[in-house]
Amino acid sequence: MTVSATSYAGRPATVPRWVSIGLIPLINLALAFLVSGLVVIAIGENPLDAVRFLIYGAFGYEAAIGYTLYYATNFIFTGLAVAVAFHCGLFNIGGEGQAYIGGLGVGLVCLYFDFLPFWAILPLAIAAGALFGAAWAFIPGYLQAKRGSHVVITTIMFNFIAASLMVYLLVNVLIQPGQMSPETRQFLPNARLPAMHEILAWFGIKFARSPLNLSFFWALICSILVWAFIWRTRWGYELRTVGENPRAAVYGGISPSRSIILAMLISGALAGFVGLNEIMGVQQRILLNFVAGYGFVGIAVALMGRNHPVGILLASLLFGMLYQGGSELAFEMPTITREMIVVIQGLVILFAGALENMFRPAIERFFLRRAEAAGSRRPAPAE
Amino acid sequence: MEYFNLVVTLLDATVRVATPLVLAALAGLFAERSGVVDIALEGKMLGAAFIGASVATVGGSAWLGLLAGIVTAIAFSLLHGYACITHRGNQVVSGLAINILLAGLTPTLGIAWFARGGQTPTLSGDARFQAITLPFARELADVPVIGPIYAELISGHNLLVYLAIAAVPLTAWVLYRTRFGLRLRAVGENPAAVDTAGISVSALRYQALIVAGVLTGIAGTYLSVAQNAAFGRDMTAGQGYLALAALIFAKWRPVPVLLACLLFGFLGSLEARLQGVPLPGIGQVPVQFIQALPYILTVVLLAGFIGKAIPPKAIGIPYVKER
Repeated sequence: MTVSATSYAGRPATVPRWVSIGLIPLINLALAFLVSGLVVIAIGENPLDAVRFLIYGAFGYEAAIGYTLYYATNFIFTGLAVAVAFHCGLFNIGGEGQAYIGGLGVGLVCLYFDFLPFWAILPLAIAAGALFGAAWAFIPGYLQAKRGSHVVITTIMFNFIAASLMVYLLVNVLIQPGQMSPETRQFLPNARLPAMHEILAWFGIKFARSPLNLSFFWALICSILVWAFIWRTRWGYELRTVGENPRAAVYGGISPSRSIILAMLISGALAGFVGLNEIMGVQQRILLNFVAGYGFVGIAVALMGRNHPVGILLASLLFGMLYQGGSELAFEMPTITREMIVVIQGLVILFAGALENMFRPAIERFFLRRAEAAGSRRPAPAE
Repeated sequence: MEYFNLVVTLLDATVRVATPLVLAALAGLFAERSGVVDIALEGKMLGAAFIGASVATVGGSAWLGLLAGIVTAIAFSLLHGYACITHRGNQVVSGLAINILLAGLTPTLGIAWFARGGQTPTLSGDARFQAITLPFARELADVPVIGPIYAELISGHNLLVYLAIAAVPLTAWVLYRTRFGLRLRAVGENPAAVDTAGISVSALRYQALIVAGVLTGIAGTYLSVAQNAAFGRDMTAGQGYLALAALIFAKWRPVPVLLACLLFGFLGSLEARLQGVPLPGIGQVPVQFIQALPYILTVVLLAGFIGKAIPPKAIGIPYVKER
């Protein structure tokens, strides 16, 4: 069940790059939006008005941009998490649980190390988010690598186990005494990530209040690190080889099980960073269900972004826009709720992921034929 | 006697909780035995629950609701098939897409149609599957031991519960005693051999998915038209995934599916009663632990520590006719 277009390997790559990384994803996206538009019509609203509200809600004013980028931060983390696993041929659906447990790690540091100054807490929190997220991904990774238990199923199970564990911990252990709702106390000011409007204020720039915070920069740094890891290190090379062809990897002296475990560890660590944004940046306490489906959005983001950090950044921005614009839309058009965004998300996964082969062969054939016609004077290379 | 009554009520609740799990897990069994991964059980159940309740509300008939629920689930089964059989798309991605799509679509349409925050109006009378009292249940109720077992545990469920129980031997018969079942099992293990015998792999897998659609349709409608009297947001609450876990736990076999679902159902009904009650010798068991237990057990089983769960050999691999 590897996720790769292996059926196209071995074919001469004469399809222009802009077609495979630009045109085809855009066609899939357009289809997803088209069907979403039909749903809006079925509800009895005007889809063009909906788009107008959505775009205004996402970019129309300063705070909107802040919110859009705040959502995008989560999606960059979860999107990268899914992509790293994809490159190793693994489908990590466990981003939801890994982000949840990662947030626990971040929160514990913020709660119990708050005698330290901020600059000391920050690296600890990053490390804890990575460690807890990676630990939650380690068991499914280990079981896949050593015992052949399918990672899709085990990560689904681990999402549910994480949810139960967090309820138990928050209700019985971490809850602030004398309080009804299962939440910890608020973090001290030195254990909070500064918000973007505060950071910009240090430089004398005025920016509207929004949940956007320092973790956005960490997300950008992670994108660069993931790119460098996947395409510029030996480990990344091994990981991609295992993803393409585990048997060839063995002949090349690569240990598939080591790569699988490594990919899952990194994937879980990246998902765990959602906790930096949500727990340390926005909520400033540990609470239930703060992941709210961001782990699943990561799958759509990775599929749209074709598992490349640049694509993931763009797709995260798109989904950030949908999430923020969607709230505005729900406000302006009461018949449309925020769940409309979940519909679009499902359609993007459907068209960009499951049905990616619907148009790709026809489009590629078209461009291959054009290339052949153009190069017919030259002798064709032997296959 | 007090303990006896407690056990009977507990088992009674177990049957109610296990019913949708049995139906969904059997649906998964048909799909996965044919070689198609079906993590879309959750979404299809949710869709069927919503459309089933909506049609039952408008049409005033539980049967119409059931029909609509089944049609809905079949439609999404066919979409799944179109993506992963016809276009050889990734089966997990397709299933996930359906789950997410329906998680969004059901409240969106629910709010637009009924304006009740995603709920459907409460069903009553003929619009809902009512409990059936089996013959002599009232007369026998006072007989010790047998009376409560017959009157409480066996009698007094709605039609779909009995249907789910009947579906287990029926599935076993279809799977092991019919030509369709033989071909189904073969296509999940070695599709090339089935193809060589002149049987269409795609057609068989589509048929399996249609059967899966019927069963998930019943499972979903049970939730909103029989067990409860309305559709509520996210009413499946992970039961599709739990059914998937039960299917793996049962190693893709019909009778163990029933037992696994009853075990998970028992844990579910136990959890509701154990809240804050200390167990003799063990002390208080956290409710969340019992909630997580089915998933933990499935992971342990998958890891091969208690027996080995070996999936159908061709599962998840799109069939390519000629290389």
